Amino acid sequence: MHIPDGYLSPSTCAVLYAGAGLGWYEALRRIRRSLTTRMIPLISVFAAFSFVLMMFNLPLPGGTTGHALGVTIATIVIGPAGSIMAISIALTIQALFFGDGGITTLGANCFNMAIVGSLVAYATYRLTANGAAITARRRWIAAAVAGYVATNAAAFFAAVEFGIQPVLFHNARGVPLYAPYSLGIAIPAMVIGHLAVAGVAEGVIAAGLVAYLQASDPALLQATSGLAGTAELAQPATPQRFLRKLWITVALLMLLTPLGILAGGAAWGEWSANDFAGSRGHTTIATSSQDHPVPSDAPAGLQRLSSLWTAPIPSYAPQFVKSPSLGYMLSAMFGVGLVLSLSLAVQGYLRRRRSPGQAA
Amino acid sequence: MSRNRAIGSTLVGITRALGHALVSEQVARQPGLLQALDPRVRVAGLFSLVLAVTLSHRISVVLALFCAAILIAVLSRVSLAILVTRVWLVVLLFTGVIALPALFLTPGDAVFTTPGGALRITSQGVATALLLIARVETAVTFTTLLVLCTPWMHVLKALRAFRIPPEVVMMLAMTHRYVFVLAETASQMFESRQSRTVGVLDGPTQRRITARTAGVLLSRSIELSNEVFLAMQSRGFRGDVQILSEFRMRAWDYIGLTAFLAAGALAVWMGRR
Repeated sequence: MHIPDGYLSPSTCAVLYAGAGLGWYEALRRIRRSLTTRMIPLISVFAAFSFVLMMFNLPLPGGTTGHALGVTIATIVIGPAGSIMAISIALTIQALFFGDGGITTLGANCFNMAIVGSLVAYATYRLTANGAAITARRRWIAAAVAGYVATNAAAFFAAVEFGIQPVLFHNARGVPLYAPYSLGIAIPAMVIGHLAVAGVAEGVIAAGLVAYLQASDPALLQATSGLAGTAELAQPATPQRFLRKLWITVALLMLLTPLGILAGGAAWGEWSANDFAGSRGHTTIATSSQDHPVPSDAPAGLQRLSSLWTAPIPSYAPQFVKSPSLGYMLSAMFGVGLVLSLSLAVQGYLRRRRSPGQAA
Repeated sequence: MSRNRAIGSTLVGITRALGHALVSEQVARQPGLLQALDPRVRVAGLFSLVLAVTLSHRISVVLALFCAAILIAVLSRVSLAILVTRVWLVVLLFTGVIALPALFLTPGDAVFTTPGGALRITSQGVATALLLIARVETAVTFTTLLVLCTPWMHVLKALRAFRIPPEVVMMLAMTHRYVFVLAETASQMFESRQSRTVGVLDGPTQRRITARTAGVLLSRSIELSNEVFLAMQSRGFRGDVQILSEFRMRAWDYIGLTAFLAAGALAVWMGRR
């Protein structure tokens, strides 16, 4: 999953550096707010631990071997903010010191493995282990599920990044300039390998480590357990239960967005100027307007104003995506991401205005 | 080793990583072109060349940059044998496997068709596969030259000059140090288990051993983190990170930086669509 230089276009790398930058900024802010002095050596040692863990070859059923990322155990012990920093640091050292993974693609690698990996691992672990005692069997099962889901989520993001390259970046002869495979090839190729090997390795290691900590040092599992009376390490003070429900609802809604394709007809009043041109559009408008007469041409004002702004993703279907369902889901993810980014930016601005003296 | 493959290959992997780090330290101490430049110039210059490689759309320009990378390696006294074994063959194998199906899957003008017409190689497929391999080989060569010719501490100080937050630079420095401590610890644990193993271990047993070793390593990591924290406290650490930077830019460094940036800009201009 370590994408080397040359597979992604510079503009894709820039976008993913920006995405990773947001994650790093927020993670660093939370770490600074909590336990600065203790967190620095803890994150450093965890980054080193994850680095070494990536070298462990784990024999898997079927005769193959795989290696874990270490993102799940880092998330469970030091929380998602600490894990984002620890895994990013491990990936940076791999890229800058060992030449494993590219420099231009470092943002993409950190975004996929450190940020998506940590957040998905955290959400899955909290959801699966919901309320279980620290020493309960459900805890290590939750770690296994979190490791499996987080690795596959990271692989899916990497596959999408690969898959959009040939559509967006090719020369006049149609020669792809970067990764050459479309989404239809890149997603199955990446996801199958991770579903079968890498996800299993991460799940097995995470479950083994949680079971080991349950027996040897259960206090280390308390930080992200969500149990009452336990200190959250580097976690926000927001009501966790409410936030968790909100995240689950948002995720479910994103997954259900393709249902919109099943609905027939068009929303009343959401017609475009083109709908007035064809007979099909006329029929749709007339049917939804209780058979009132429809003007033969689009109103002049509608025609004039409709050309003022062209949406980057018209009809919730990015041009490079062939499947309408995938287009809907990608649009939902993009929209949610945009809303969250704006919300975080406004929150940060308001917080700075309220307490100018408390800047980190 | 072949009987208990996973444990053996983990040991080999750790030993190889430690060996690579040792070679890098040795190469970085030798006199040479890159070694004579300010580390900030090395980081900025080689990064600009990597960027130029990814921005170039012509294979001829990417190959010219590859030749430039070989010239820099020779002038920096980096053994080509190291580049062949550590970079070129590995990248060729890895990227070659990924690029190979593109010969057949990329739509375009057929240049070769197998008897029966089952498979068709297109000129666009050949072009994209060659461009991908050339680009990755060249970019990874530049990155490896940076890694080989710059001691890690100098890379960190150079990063600090590029406004990376001091906490992050400090964590990078500490992580790098503890990677070797933990890698050595893990290696010793696997060696000690290997020396006490008679016969063939089945898959579940090897999985259990690997998970337990990882667990013990995790406990030692936490202990190490507590010890480091106490040591930092005893030295008066209060969360403020100070990093000394004694780098001084000389005329030679400015010439080197200009040459790197000019070469990168020229490559981007010549390699545009």
